[in-house]
Amino acid sequence: MVQRLRASVIAAPTGSVINLVGLAIVAVALVATVQRVYEGGATYFFQTIGFGLAEGAIFALVALGYTMVYGIIELINFAHGDVFTLGAFFSVALLPVLGVVEGQTSGAALILPLLILFIVTMLLCALVNVAIERVAYRPLRHAPRLAPLITAIGMSAFLEGAMNVWRGPFNLHYPDLLPEFQIPLGGGVTIAAKAVMVIVIAVVLMVALTLFVNRSKLGKAMRATAQDRDAAQLMGIDINRTISATFFIGAALAGAAGIIYGLYYNSFSAFDGFTYGLYAFTAAVFGGIGNIPGAALGGLLIGVIYSISDGYFSVAWTQVLVFGILIFVLVFRPTGLLGMRVPEK
Amino acid sequence: MTRARDFVRSNLRNPNAIAYFLMAVGALLFPAIVQFATGGSGDYLVGLAADGGIYMLMAIGLNVVVGFAGLLDLGYAAFFAIGSYTYALVASNHLGVTPLGHSLHVPFWIALFIGMLVAASAGALLGAPTLRLRGDYLAIVTLGFGEIVPRVFRNAGIWTGGVPGISALDVPTLPGWFQGPWVGQDFAWVPDFRFTSANLTAYYVLMIVLITFVVILVNNLYNSRLGRAWMAVREDETAAAANGVNTVSIKLLAFSIGAATSGFAGAFYGAKLSYVSSENFGFIVSVTVLAMVVLGGMGNIPGAMLGAIVLYFILFWLLPNAPAQMQQLASSLGLDWLNQSNPNGWPGIAEVVSRSKYVIFGLILVGIMLLRPQGLLPSQIRKQELKHAEHEALAAPRQLQA
Repeated sequence: MVQRLRASVIAAPTGSVINLVGLAIVAVALVATVQRVYEGGATYFFQTIGFGLAEGAIFALVALGYTMVYGIIELINFAHGDVFTLGAFFSVALLPVLGVVEGQTSGAALILPLLILFIVTMLLCALVNVAIERVAYRPLRHAPRLAPLITAIGMSAFLEGAMNVWRGPFNLHYPDLLPEFQIPLGGGVTIAAKAVMVIVIAVVLMVALTLFVNRSKLGKAMRATAQDRDAAQLMGIDINRTISATFFIGAALAGAAGIIYGLYYNSFSAFDGFTYGLYAFTAAVFGGIGNIPGAALGGLLIGVIYSISDGYFSVAWTQVLVFGILIFVLVFRPTGLLGMRVPEK
Repeated sequence: MTRARDFVRSNLRNPNAIAYFLMAVGALLFPAIVQFATGGSGDYLVGLAADGGIYMLMAIGLNVVVGFAGLLDLGYAAFFAIGSYTYALVASNHLGVTPLGHSLHVPFWIALFIGMLVAASAGALLGAPTLRLRGDYLAIVTLGFGEIVPRVFRNAGIWTGGVPGISALDVPTLPGWFQGPWVGQDFAWVPDFRFTSANLTAYYVLMIVLITFVVILVNNLYNSRLGRAWMAVREDETAAAANGVNTVSIKLLAFSIGAATSGFAGAFYGAKLSYVSSENFGFIVSVTVLAMVVLGGMGNIPGAMLGAIVLYFILFWLLPNAPAQMQQLASSLGLDWLNQSNPNGWPGIAEVVSRSKYVIFGLILVGIMLLRPQGLLPSQIRKQELKHAEHEALAAPRQLQA
């Protein structure tokens, strides 16, 4: 722990004066936010936080895929954001097959179809991502670093184009299946049942992932491969299989996030994934790229910041703020909040 | 005489010299050929080629950043936007509308360099704190910057004209200009010439001059001490630093020079279009320029230019025209049902083809990297390195993952 902290301090690229400037900026931003929040009142604040957590849960699920892939092969998988959108596209196509009709199916009758929907969609997205890795990244594993990054951008464009050909460039409607009521939290503060469900699903998936990575043999292989690929290989770990598994799991989470996104916002389009993926990537960097709990934390924080900016400041500047945070974190603390798990190679 | 023959013979073996020669001849003959082939109504095509020249300028600039210095810049369009908006502010009535209350009308020839300088300063400002980061972090920072800049221009309200942008920018002027049959008019000397959309050939000629200017500059840089330092940093930063190269300032220079070229192109773009809007500077522009450099051959100036020509032709001529041609093809084959949209979600062949633009773009990017990573016209030095890297990868994979 101490070692990691020391490493992260050393990895900070800039001098202490610049770090002070960074701290000052953060302090000013915090004071401005606290003032606005105080003026806005408690009810509005909790509502905003509720939105933010739900949105952040989706960011976190997508961010996990970025962070896992980056942790293991140090590649920014630009296609990941589009695999996420693909989840929404697949699930919308699957819903009628499962006999779910908007406005007619509800309550307990939904549980089984939704469960099947999640499993099938996650599987499909995972297979797509594994195929992408096989075709576009694996042959370039020993190439200069720029090469796989460019194929990643190419795969992203390809997926966006494929979805565009499939359903057109329009905003598509996603069936509104989740219940609409508000859950009272006391003191006039409520939270939407939808948001709670989104958060619960995301948390369940994240806990499952953490258990898997920490407890299972394949998870151990992943951690070993991330730390030192050659040593792992010498210990008899099948590197290709482990990397494929990482892409598989990351995409499965992204697919799930795609369904949740659809269910929560009831609208999606072929080109959503790119920007959304960038937010999620920001979240991963924020939490410390390569660090799984970091991605979850970063996702939730970005979600909350997003919704506070939307709610208290200006919607038009929110995106600028999020990307500003991205640059800010990389300049002042490139290891992110929780520090990188991967050593600098 | 023998000397001339030797010169020709030695250059015949040099693909770069051949490429330069062919591009120069092609650039000179292009307007005449187009006007001849279209019977004098090819002005539109010449204008399109001038727009392509903007992309070529950017490809040459990005080649300095990505190809020479090995820094991945994913927000290159940001500097393009900065150049355009700078031009728009100093060469239109717009500043008069802003709280400044006084509009500037800097002549095009000076405004071009102002746009360039402002973009270069922005590059230096962004680069100074971030160029210490390792490769892919820099890519992310520039990506973030590229997303921020157009949004700032969109949101900055009265200063940048908001969503509609700034229109009615000044056009370039010259004391005089030759007119001739190449624009479908008689030979004439036009005094006090103004570049307008009625004479796109003038823009084309101007573009060729600017490109020649930039190519000579960049080529000289490449062959200088600075160019060798870039190469050293690209290949091994630690080794370069150990040999006395100031890596940070070298990288900063590459980054700023790239940004300057982009700003230069941006200022021209603003003048040609006479209009700027934040919608025209998205990530897709950055990726397109990057794809041009990669397709042509990273680290090779004529390669980047060739990549720009090929990709511009595909993206801005072939693909936009493909839907109509597919439609014609389908009806000439008697497959008219392909053209009609049907309730099963088939939107008609033209629509499908036009939607598949990104699929094709993606396949091009992936295809080049997998099949010909060195590009169409590879840099000879870079080619050796790639070959070398491959051998090393086979012998000792460990070395390369570092």
